[in-house]
Amino acid sequence: MNGPVPVEVLRQHLIDPEICIRCNTCEETCPIDAITHDENNYVVRADTCNGCMACISPCPTGAIDNWRDVLKAEAYPVDEQLTWDELPVQDDALAGQGSIGEAAQGAQGASSGGAGAGTNGMTAESSAPVIGGSDLVRGSVVPPWSAAKPYVNLYNHKAPVQASVVGNYRVTDASTESDIHHIVLDFGKQPFPVLEGQSIGIIPPGTTADGRAHHARQYSIASPRDGERPGYNNLALTVKRVTKDHQGQAVGGVCSNYLCDLKKGDVVNVMGPFGSTFLMPNHADSHLLMICTGTGAAPMRAMTEYRRRRRMKGATGKLMLFFGARTQGELPYFGPLLNLPKDFIDTNLAFSRTPGQPRRYVQDAMRERAADVAALLRHDHTYIYVCGLKGMEDGVLQVLQTIAGEAGLDWQTLWQRMKTEGRLHLETY
Amino acid sequence: MTSINYSEKIPNNVNLSDDRTLQRALEQWQPNFLSWWGDMGPEGSHGFDVYLRTAVSVDPSGWAHFDHVKMPDYRWGIFLTPGEADRKIHFGEHKGEAAWQDVPGEHRANLRRIIVTQGDTEPASVEQQRHLGLTAPSMYDLRNLFQVNVEEGRHLWAMVYLLHRYFGRDGREEAEALLGRRSGDDDNPRILGAFNEKTPDWLAFYMFTYFTDRDGKFQLSALAESGFDPLARTTKFMLTEEAHHMFVGESGVSRVIARTAQVMNELKTDDVSKLRAAGVIDLPTIQRYINFHYSVTIDLFGADQSSNAAIFYSSGLKGRYEESKRDDDHQLNGQMYRLLDVDNGKLVEREVPMLNAMNEVLRDDYIKDSVAGVNRWNKVLEKAGIDLRLTVPHKAFNRQIGTFAGVRVSPDGRVVSEAEWAAHEREWLPSSEDRAYVASLMGRVTEPGKFANWIAPPPLGINRQPIDFEYVRFN
Ligand SMILES: Cc1cc2nc3c(=O)[nH]c(=O)nc-3n(C[C@H](O)[C@H](O)[C@H](O)COP(=O)(O)OP(=O)(O)OC[C@H]3O[C@@H](n4cnc5c(N)ncnc54)[C@H](O)[C@@H]3O)c2cc1C
Ligand code: SF4
Ligand code: SF4
Repeated sequence: MNGPVPVEVLRQHLIDPEICIRCNTCEETCPIDAITHDENNYVVRADTCNGCMACISPCPTGAIDNWRDVLKAEAYPVDEQLTWDELPVQDDALAGQGSIGEAAQGAQGASSGGAGAGTNGMTAESSAPVIGGSDLVRGSVVPPWSAAKPYVNLYNHKAPVQASVVGNYRVTDASTESDIHHIVLDFGKQPFPVLEGQSIGIIPPGTTADGRAHHARQYSIASPRDGERPGYNNLALTVKRVTKDHQGQAVGGVCSNYLCDLKKGDVVNVMGPFGSTFLMPNHADSHLLMICTGTGAAPMRAMTEYRRRRRMKGATGKLMLFFGARTQGELPYFGPLLNLPKDFIDTNLAFSRTPGQPRRYVQDAMRERAADVAALLRHDHTYIYVCGLKGMEDGVLQVLQTIAGEAGLDWQTLWQRMKTEGRLHLETY
Repeated sequence: MTSINYSEKIPNNVNLSDDRTLQRALEQWQPNFLSWWGDMGPEGSHGFDVYLRTAVSVDPSGWAHFDHVKMPDYRWGIFLTPGEADRKIHFGEHKGEAAWQDVPGEHRANLRRIIVTQGDTEPASVEQQRHLGLTAPSMYDLRNLFQVNVEEGRHLWAMVYLLHRYFGRDGREEAEALLGRRSGDDDNPRILGAFNEKTPDWLAFYMFTYFTDRDGKFQLSALAESGFDPLARTTKFMLTEEAHHMFVGESGVSRVIARTAQVMNELKTDDVSKLRAAGVIDLPTIQRYINFHYSVTIDLFGADQSSNAAIFYSSGLKGRYEESKRDDDHQLNGQMYRLLDVDNGKLVEREVPMLNAMNEVLRDDYIKDSVAGVNRWNKVLEKAGIDLRLTVPHKAFNRQIGTFAGVRVSPDGRVVSEAEWAAHEREWLPSSEDRAYVASLMGRVTEPGKFANWIAPPPLGINRQPIDFEYVRFN
């Protein structure tokens, strides 16, 4: 892991004047008026911008997504930025030390062409190639303050790393439709440092019908940082075989089927790691509220396992889990989950298709536990993680709003605060 | 979170299902829209999966959601920016009064006319661009074209919603008529001249999205100030989409210039015939395209003096660009504005009451904005060490509307004789040879990461995807 972050280094948000079309979208969007302009340029005020990222995706050009690590005392002032024709280069001595996310030198930096050399504008989520295109902005785009610093993008599709399969077995009931596998990949002597909550890219072999290489698919890491088997350079994935698309039409998912069919000793091309915000807090009194469905359990398993292995001395942090599946048999890791001590994790399961019983979703389970969820919401050290199918996101946010409202909390304010404090993380696909 | 309900036939955030009559009326309009899209939307694109930006909610977190979408399944809908509580009309005679949530009777006809005119431009540009897909210079550009097109389609929806919701029977008839007119049709053309011009090639498309969609930005900005709140909220949301269209234009022309400059440097020449032989678009031709599109577009702002524009402003229907950021009385009575005029064969300035010059005020703001972008194109030339600079022609050049209609003015702003005009027209405006040459370059490039010879790749992919990302899946 990197050393401590020198406090005086600021990751300064800048706009690339060579790419920006001065459309005013960012200024209109920024919730705290950190953006201003004159006839020449659009610029960001270093002392105002809090890196909330609300402006990033609405910008039509990508010009807004630029960052330079600078000494805080020497941040580029607005007046100077207004005169720029191009971005300054990154001072290599400071590169990668800024306070938001991790700068990564890589393919994307090179592709920004005229945008000046040095680190590119990648922070937080924008650093990971968006493979699944999850909706990132409703949650935090900064990590918890106590999170360890992640490595990202060590390997890309041009230069992937090879991992070998050391385990692959089914974790859902053989009688169910849902075929979810627990797959362990070993990296041998190749460095592949990861943190709980990160994901990796898998490049499936072969080509598409028209002869092009497959694009990589992203999978969350299901094991803690020290390996599925502690002390070994390996990690676990939780992969669901895709046999139907989101509309329910029959399809053979390219990558998930490839993974589920792997045998021990097979070699897999991996890129990543990805993700520098969906990370767990490392301070002992932080509470984790985890909400997931299906394979969304992977990062929750990683975090839970990390906490379990080091049940920190005097730790007061609570773990509360809401986990949804269609039936008990379709819930991955059902057995091991139930074996976890009750005083360690408060587990709540919701099954939507148990024969003879009304449908129950994670939202319903959360509503039943509203008082305890509200207690967590009130707490400044609570971190929320949501992972799983895209469709769950609206429902979960709505029930959080309801629970907060009933508890007399102003959800809009709380939500905003949790986002900027790196305490609400969504990863849906 | 102001989510858009995508489970309904017509996605919306206006609680459409609470108003069954309106819902039914719009659901009847929808098949006509889809059949118009089938006939007049991008040619031969049906069944493509395009990497599109779709709004899933109308706040910053949700309106730029990227995914591959099957083109004809794009869910056009009705999205309004969230309303402000207690919003006040902030200009004109009604300044200080509560913004209207319903159409005020006395302004009904004017409002309808404003909305119809704005609405008419949206399908028009889709019609103008329908053949371009067949000659896209790259998969990336093809994707951008489709994005522009689906959003124009959505903007039409936005205006049609207002017509149906607030204008009763005549609103419904106007909404029908929006699908009846056709760009360039002799019998039933689009309302505004520029929207009946052809967009025959990609250079014209970039010029159109740079210049003409920028007219859209200024018109929408002026309407976003409107005292009629539903119009203000609708156009505000449209503006966030419009920015992408201007991006396509600005970066498109910029990439054409960059490629030309590169070849000029490689061949060490500015000889037009050599550059054309090398398959790039020479700078004089680019300048003529600018001259044409700029002059046609500034006509869109209407006559320099207009009592209609004065009424629109004083009655609080249509403000100025960034009205709320200006620090005058927002009523403008007794204020004057300097206009250009012709007197005895010379251009002169003349003062008129500002209220009557509202079109000119908006046009001048537009001009400032477009010139700034042309200067950014010049930076590309400057960086490449090429001395030539592109400019916009004089405001009075090649005008068909207002004081200068019928007056011959050179690009540098001299009133010239008919004979001098005729002698230079080919230097000033694209000739049929220019257009034929540009057309000869148009061929289809669809391999990811590949670009036609006459245009440079963009510096960044859409949504930070790599340049060779599969932006369109042809299936
Ligand atoms: C950040 C992130 C983390 C992820 N983590 C995991 C994980 O831990 N475990 C996991 O199994 N998956 C995970 N995914 C999803 C994974 O990346 C793939 O989308 C999934 O495995 C399908 O890929 P495929 O190649 O098998 O199917 P494809 O051949 O790519 O797709 C076939 C069709 O199925 C649809 N489809 C894709 N995924 C699903 C799905 N889950 N359910 C229904 N239809 C689908 C596609 O839209 C497409 O129409 C994650 C995605 C992201 C973005
Ligand atoms: S949104 Fe992007 S392109 Fe538009 S002004 Fe802001 S930085 Fe420039
Ligand atoms: S990151 Fe947030 S605070 Fe900073 S400029 Fe963008 S929107 Fe404003």
